[in-house]
Amino acid sequence: MTGENVLDYPFDQPKALEAPREWAEARATCPVTHVRMPSGDVAGLVTGYDEARALLSDPRFNRRLDHEGAARTSTTEDGGMFNRENKALSQMMSEGHRRYRRLISPAFTVKKMEAWRPRIQQMTDELLDAMLAKGAPAELRAEFALPLPVRVICALLGASAEDQGRFAHWSDVLMTTTKYTQAEVDEARREFEAYASDLVEEKRANPREDLLSELTQISDSEDGRLSHAELISTVVGILVAGHETTSNQIVKMTALLLEDRQLYEAVIADPSLVPGAVEEALRLDPVGGLGIPRFISEDIEVGGEPVPAGTTLFVNLSAADRDERKFPDADRFDPCRPNAQQHLAFSAGPRFCIGQTLARVELQVVLDTFVRRLPELRLRDDPDALRIRTGVVATGLEELWVTW
Amino acid sequence: MKITIDEELCCASGLCTVKAGEVFDQRDEDGIAVLLAEAPAAEHHDAVREAAAVCPAAAIHIME
Ligand code: SF4
Repeated sequence: MTGENVLDYPFDQPKALEAPREWAEARATCPVTHVRMPSGDVAGLVTGYDEARALLSDPRFNRRLDHEGAARTSTTEDGGMFNRENKALSQMMSEGHRRYRRLISPAFTVKKMEAWRPRIQQMTDELLDAMLAKGAPAELRAEFALPLPVRVICALLGASAEDQGRFAHWSDVLMTTTKYTQAEVDEARREFEAYASDLVEEKRANPREDLLSELTQISDSEDGRLSHAELISTVVGILVAGHETTSNQIVKMTALLLEDRQLYEAVIADPSLVPGAVEEALRLDPVGGLGIPRFISEDIEVGGEPVPAGTTLFVNLSAADRDERKFPDADRFDPCRPNAQQHLAFSAGPRFCIGQTLARVELQVVLDTFVRRLPELRLRDDPDALRIRTGVVATGLEELWVTW
Repeated sequence: MKITIDEELCCASGLCTVKAGEVFDQRDEDGIAVLLAEAPAAEHHDAVREAAAVCPAAAIHIME
């Protein structure tokens, strides 16, 4: 790691919709590139598809960075959300992970998530009605992309829609890399967990037809299958993951399709391209952020290169998804690409995103609704003027102004 | 064609049921994939190959 030029990470992106050139350079040079985190610590970066997939599927390693010597991702004293000690979460992430996943997976099956499609359509139409009533131009992130996944996740968990603003704030603070102080992070976490605990108690007292009531039953089965602490972490996790990432993806998908408006017009002409376009927008996510951390606890090889125990690796899913060896003409947006769905936007292996079916349903409903109801949808500004949100883990665009 | 699912690897994504609903289903208790047909009819072979390719856990094995 000495004597070579260590790049600052995450990379600068002068144009929000164009992948950083360092991704391709890193992929072409070696399987593991050395990078410096905002905290000053050095980590390894993985940008190849096969290497990324192998690491994500390797059950020996996980994203916990609370080991001695692990790279810190944030400028807060605790090192960022991956470095925080959290006993329930640690359990869920390591030995107990398989047990935990099998307990909560039945609540997320394809059938159960698909059953939400009509409700999601309804929420999409309502938000769009409100946006249209206010008139063009609209800032799509604030008026549509943020509220939709929050509403969906609230309905799914059976949380009151009035709490949306509060947990949007908490998750923003928890996902910080440079934006908030340690005190602010600690306070947000305390408040968020107290809120989740109350919500759980309420579901326990009045179980209904929602996902949280279902999970509460598992934790109440008295055979210790799901502890109260695990349940709280699950609620916080679902709220954080379900809101920010999907919002960002709605904005990025819309931006990608409108930047090259022929793509948008192609989907208008043939709405059967919606699922393929959604997959390509996931694969071509131009804002890769940090990627997924892996703490390497024993000596291994990555793409033939030795990686010693104690290394922190960042697996950059977006960079891997532009690997030409897997996706020929990788930078091209092709809604008919036969293997597009093999992208790593939702990771792979035992920690594959549990919310992926829900996210896919939301994105499909949104795009299908846009092409039907907003055939004149356009970007208000030059795509080169779009800016990336910085200082948080889940990266997206700062804002996206549209007209129709 | 014969198919097997490695239940240890399966991460309950359900993607195989989306690709080939006649051949794969998800178990109610844990979301793990189950086979509806171990030797599916020829008309499902392409869909099964797609399911195996897209499986995020590489849990579907096909013997042709
Ligand atoms: S696609 Fe693979 S991981 Fe997902 S349910 Fe089917 S076998 Fe399991």
